[in-house]
Formats: sequence, C-alpha cells, structure tokens
Amino acid sequence: MQDKKLTGWLQQLIFVGPVTVFFLLIMIIPFLLGMYYSFTDWNGVAGTVHWVGFDNFKQIFTNDPDFWNAFWFTLRFTLVGVVLTNAVGFFLAYLLTKKMKTRNVLRTIFFMPNVIGGLLLGFIWQFIFIKGFATVGDLTGWSFFNLPWLGDETTGFWGIVMVFVWQTAGYLMVVYIASLANVSKEVLEAAQIDGASHGQILRSIIVPLIMPAVTVCLFLAISWAFKMFDLNLSLTKGGPYKSTESVALNIYAEAFQNNRYGLGTAKSLLFFVMVAVITLIQVRVTKSKEVEA
Amino acid sequence: MDAKKYGGKLLSAELLMIVVALIFLAPFYFLLVNSVKPFGDIMTNSASWPEVFKWDNYTRAWELTKFPQAFLNSLIITAVTVVLTSLISAMGAYRMVRANTRYNRFLFMLFVASMVIPFQSIMIPLLQVVNTLGVNNSMYGLIICYLGLGAPLSLFLFHGFVKSIPLEIEEAARVDGCHPVMVFFRIVLPLLKPMMMTVIILNTLWVWNDYLLPSLILQKPEMRTIPLATFAFFGQYTKQWDLALPALVLGIAPIVAFFLLLQRYIVEGVAAGSVKG
Repeated sequence: MQDKKLTGWLQQLIFVGPVTVFFLLIMIIPFLLGMYYSFTDWNGVAGTVHWVGFDNFKQIFTNDPDFWNAFWFTLRFTLVGVVLTNAVGFFLAYLLTKKMKTRNVLRTIFFMPNVIGGLLLGFIWQFIFIKGFATVGDLTGWSFFNLPWLGDETTGFWGIVMVFVWQTAGYLMVVYIASLANVSKEVLEAAQIDGASHGQILRSIIVPLIMPAVTVCLFLAISWAFKMFDLNLSLTKGGPYKSTESVALNIYAEAFQNNRYGLGTAKSLLFFVMVAVITLIQVRVTKSKEVEA
Repeated sequence: MDAKKYGGKLLSAELLMIVVALIFLAPFYFLLVNSVKPFGDIMTNSASWPEVFKWDNYTRAWELTKFPQAFLNSLIITAVTVVLTSLISAMGAYRMVRANTRYNRFLFMLFVASMVIPFQSIMIPLLQVVNTLGVNNSMYGLIICYLGLGAPLSLFLFHGFVKSIPLEIEEAARVDGCHPVMVFFRIVLPLLKPMMMTVIILNTLWVWNDYLLPSLILQKPEMRTIPLATFAFFGQYTKQWDLALPALVLGIAPIVAFFLLLQRYIVEGVAAGSVKG
C-alpha cells in the first residue's frame, strides 16, 4: 500500500512535473509579480522598487490620454476587424463547400497569408501601400488607390484592418468549412423541397447549426485583434502621432522605451482585465445561441 | 441541387472566387516581380513584369541579412521548442486524465484559465524572471519561455484527446508488467498521433513567426531569428526596396514552403485545433 502510494507520487512527478514547472515559472509567477509591480514605481532596475499604492492606476485614469486613445483605437479596430474577417471567412467557406473544380487550390491560396508572421506581412504591405497602390492608382485612375495610405489616421486604420482581414480570414474559413461540412444534407434538401429560398436556408438553418464555429471564430478573431502587435509595429509603428497605436504597443512603449515598468505593469493588468471581460462576454452570448443539432 | 450538376450558377460563383483569389495573391505578385528589379524600375513602374532580372538583389540581401545564420537560429529554436512542448504537454495531459484527483482537476483548470492571459500582460515581469534565472540573451532562455507559454493550449488539446482513448489497451499492457512510463511511450504516445500533428503545426507556426518575445530576450545580432533579422534589416534599409523586398522573399520562403509541402495536415490541424478549442 505504502509502495503504491509512492509510485503514484513518482508518476505524478514524472508526468505532470515538467509541464507544471515551466507553466508556473513562465506564466503564473510573472502574472503574480505583475500584480505586485503595478503598485510600485519600478523603473526596470532592480532594487529601486517602492510601493506607491494606487498611484499608477490614478495616473492612467486621470492623466494618460495616450493610453485611452490606444484603447479606443484597439476597440474600434477589434470591432471592425472581427466583423469583416468573419464575414469574409464565412463567405469564402460558404462558397468553397460547393462542388467547385478548383476549390482545393482556392482554399490553399486563401489560407496562405496566415502562415506568414504579422511582422513580415506588415513589411510586405508597407511596400504595397506605398508603391503598389500608387502604381495601380496611376494605371486605373481610381482615387481610392491614390489616398495617402498609412500616412494619416484614417488610411492607417483601414490599412491595418485590410491587412488583418487578408491575414486572418483564411484561418476562419478553415474553421467554418469544417463546421459547414457537418450540416446534414438531408435537412438542407428537405428545406429546399419545402420551397425555402437560399437566404432563408442560410439564416434559419445553416447559421444556427454552425453557431459553435461562430463562437470559436469570434473568440479567435477578438483575441487576435485585441492583442495585435506585430502588424501595428511593422505597418505604422502607431503613427502618425500615435493615432494608430494599439494598447499592446502602448504598453510596450511605456515599459521598454520610457522605462516606466511599474506603470507598464499597471497597464498590463488593465489590459488583461479588458481581454478577459470581453472574451467572457462574447463566449457567454454566442454559447447561449448554440442549438442542439 | 448544386450537389448534382455543375450549372451556370456554380460556374459564376467559381469565377468570382478565382477573381477573389487573384486579389489575395496580388501582394505576392508585387513582392516577387519587384524583388528582382533594379531600384529605378521599382520606382517608375511597380506593376510591370521585370524587364531585366537583377538576381544580384538576392545575393546582397542574402549576405546583408546573414540569412543562413538567421534561418538556422529560427530552425533550432522552433524544432527544440515544438518537440519539448508536445512531449511535456502530452505527458501532463495523460496523467491528468488518468489520475483524476482533486489536485489534478485544479491544476487543469489553472491551465485552461491562463489561456485568457495576453502575452503583453506578463511580458514585463517575465523578463525579470528570465534575468533572475540568468538565461537572458540565450536560446535556452527563449525556449524555456516558449515551453511555459505554449503549454496551456497544447495540454488542453491533448487533454480532450486522451479522454477519447479507451483504457483497456493500457490495462492489458500494465497487467503484463509494463512500467507506466513505458506504457505511455509505447502505447499511448502512438495513439496520440493525430492530435500530436495539430499541436506540432500550431506551435511551429507560432514560434517560427513570433517577433516580440525573441526581440526582448535575444539582443546579440548572431542569435537573431528570421523575424528579428528582417526587422533590423528593414530599419536599416527603409525605402531601399531593391534590398528590402528580396530580404522579405527570403524571410517568408521557408514557412511558405513548409505550408505548401504539408498543407493538407496544416489545414486539418488548424480545423481540429479550433473546433476542440
């Protein structure tokens, strides 16, 4: 009996030990440390940490317009980006589940931008916006292409949205395709025989049946959009004049450029609360709309 | 209806999709044709097919970015991370399912809950931890971070999968006197293969493309991964498109090749990983 208990603990140690050690060391300890540092004036140098109570949070809420600009930018970007990328992803999936001759090639093409990291994609698109768009504008005469892309707040915002959709829609397409493939053919045929239109079938049968995929895709898109960093850094660096700065970029700059680590960790904590609240609400709401197949 | 014949409606839908696909591919066209043009030609007409092919652009970008070094760094970091993360997560998930104690249930809940934590929320104190451990500015330090950051999702995916594996086979092996560790490696691990593919693919795409974490940990130029080398290069040669564009093509080539070779598994892996998530 004693022996069995011992091997039980030994197995626990061998199997669960390694993953737990790294997890605690890399995620849980920094998370708890961050909570502590957010109440200090730490500037990144060890030994200069002083407890300052809620001063950092007071500072953020009363005297930090840049953070709130970044917050509004991130919120607007998330809203627009999430809706558009899901719309495009679903639209691609919906058409590509039909018996097209080239559908496998098309799926590959739409997914491909996703395997390239945000940083390199952003640099590629910098060239497209600056040189490519100008050339297309000259050739076609369409004023859309001759806007000062990435040069002001509006084109910066929509530029990032465009690249975000281009990068992520293919991923969501794959998730939607997997879900659409599970919608029973009999139900669809029955509805068609009963005289339902394409729009009615889509709205009343397909969408309710694929709600689990909608939950997943909204969750993924929200967390990508809200945490966006690489695209932001490589496309606009938050400019011009911080008008396209995301919260992630703002935190990064606060800590590693201004060396205000205490303030940076306070912002990080707020950022965590925002992400947690938004994703929990979203999952709650869409889960409640899921139906039994 | 549309399952039976290839009608006009479907043809027009297919043509529409082909047009959309061409729009999706347009950035790659611009990238590729301009990467071999002399600087002047890029400036005058960026949409045209190259009149002269200046392959020298690539030679210079290859040398200036020290591409082989960056490629090797990315490869080592990604391979070691992916192998170790898959292994320790699979082991942890297996034990947590098979020994369903209160302690393991709590631990699993902690792993799942931590998936909401954005990386930017812990990166500042994480650097402090890395410094304290004395692994700053080293590939070990970076890999240790990836093991902790990648563990929650990987463990979660394996956890769901282990539950679907019947116990009987393991019990038979155990009755035959096979040691529990051997049972895992000989019997369970091979059964985990489908989910293993998903975990490997998701982690590979993430680690290979990650910029922020390595930029915080690796300061020495000779340790730079591909995203770091590209960032440094782009900062130095902004607007020198005849160097920047070939560097970007080199930068995306390995991961695009990886994708095209394994596309079936990658697409399936992504679908499996998300539906379970």
